[in-house]
Amino acid sequence: MRVRFWGTRGSIPVSLTWRDVRDRLVEALVAGSGQQLDTMEKANAFVEQRFPFSLRRTYGGHSACVEFEPGSKEYFVCDMGSGARAFGEHVLAHNAGQPAVVNVFMSHVHWDHIMGFPFFGPAYLAGTRIRIHGCLDVLEHAFRLQQSPPCFPVPFDHLAANIEFIRLPPGQTTLVSGIAVTPKLQLHDGDSYGYRFEHGGKSLVYTTDSEHKLENDVNTDGFVQLFRDADLVVFDAMYSLGDAVSVKADWGHSSNVMGVELCQMARAKRIALFHHEPANDDADIEQILRETVRFEELTQHGHRLEVLAAYDGLELDL
Amino acid sequence: MNLAKFMYADVLVLSPEGRLDHDNCAAFHSALEAYLEEPGSSAARGVVFDLGSLDYVSSAGLRCFMLAAKQARAHGGKILIAAMQPVVAEIFEISRFSMILEAFPTVRAALESISPESTLAYDQV
Repeated sequence: MRVRFWGTRGSIPVSLTWRDVRDRLVEALVAGSGQQLDTMEKANAFVEQRFPFSLRRTYGGHSACVEFEPGSKEYFVCDMGSGARAFGEHVLAHNAGQPAVVNVFMSHVHWDHIMGFPFFGPAYLAGTRIRIHGCLDVLEHAFRLQQSPPCFPVPFDHLAANIEFIRLPPGQTTLVSGIAVTPKLQLHDGDSYGYRFEHGGKSLVYTTDSEHKLENDVNTDGFVQLFRDADLVVFDAMYSLGDAVSVKADWGHSSNVMGVELCQMARAKRIALFHHEPANDDADIEQILRETVRFEELTQHGHRLEVLAAYDGLELDL
Repeated sequence: MNLAKFMYADVLVLSPEGRLDHDNCAAFHSALEAYLEEPGSSAARGVVFDLGSLDYVSSAGLRCFMLAAKQARAHGGKILIAAMQPVVAEIFEISRFSMILEAFPTVRAALESISPESTLAYDQV
């Protein structure tokens, strides 16, 4: 199973500013002075070897959209944040303009998770089938509402694709085009749902916009069960633990520390920190990743968990 | 988990030992509540957690310290952390609990920041 991240930012899309770009150029020029960087190959190798991720790349700024490829002709994607625009271009290019079948799994319908749908190209291509799965009864209403005047010029009913809304029962496993899908209720304003996807002996957990109360053992046990032995857990690590239990308690999000602990209890193999705080720049996220890797080292007790920070464009093979 | 208690003048010092994690945090929390609600404890000007014998703390354990801090503040008291072992200090930093709870390198330094009486009492032991 391949997992492709199209949008990894939390709450609202962000982008680099002109100052960010200029500062990186300046830093790169200073670092490269005196080096024999007279070909693209040499310059490319220098950048890859010498610069930290936060200088040579970016975690990106699109809101939640994560595709997984189980090896089927159909497409599978979690959430329709602003990353869905680029995902739509990928679908159209990959399908050479022919209609596709796209299975969408919605965590919830807060704006940052649906805002990419009006810009999702396949929705405008006749013959495309889009099956939007979720557990919330407001699913269809939210998608229609954001394409209602005066918010957007193209009404939902003008979309050319065949679009269905499919309710999934929480806590039960449903087979969707050969994928075993288990949604789980999460703590978030208006409710959200995490998912466990299983196919071909591989398992992916997508759990975003989910707060974990430390005092709630039932909550902990339920998520340990959802994460059990997962090959990858995509985890809402928006805040620090300190913030999540104090000034940002009840804001509906979790932390890197909580993610590592739950994954350790569940003996999951990999965690991808996700739903990055929009106020954090690339250097901040890189620092959080370093600290999370260290936290895992300090606390691993015989089970090794690989820790990474998701970024727009990241592809992982499970 | 063993939780030793010392009173230095107007400051209560609590010293947990071993590991504080998901498995024993509820018992630790109950023990703390009992200490913090004891007559006399609420009159203390502060509580210092001496973490010199604490080997490990998980997120659930950190939350206990935060709840204790809330409870102490309700009585107008202070909660301070002291003498953390390197691993526990790193966990405090990574989880940003260092932004929530004030920490000192030694118990004496923590007492000194609360009252001269408690420091004097500590020095006399």
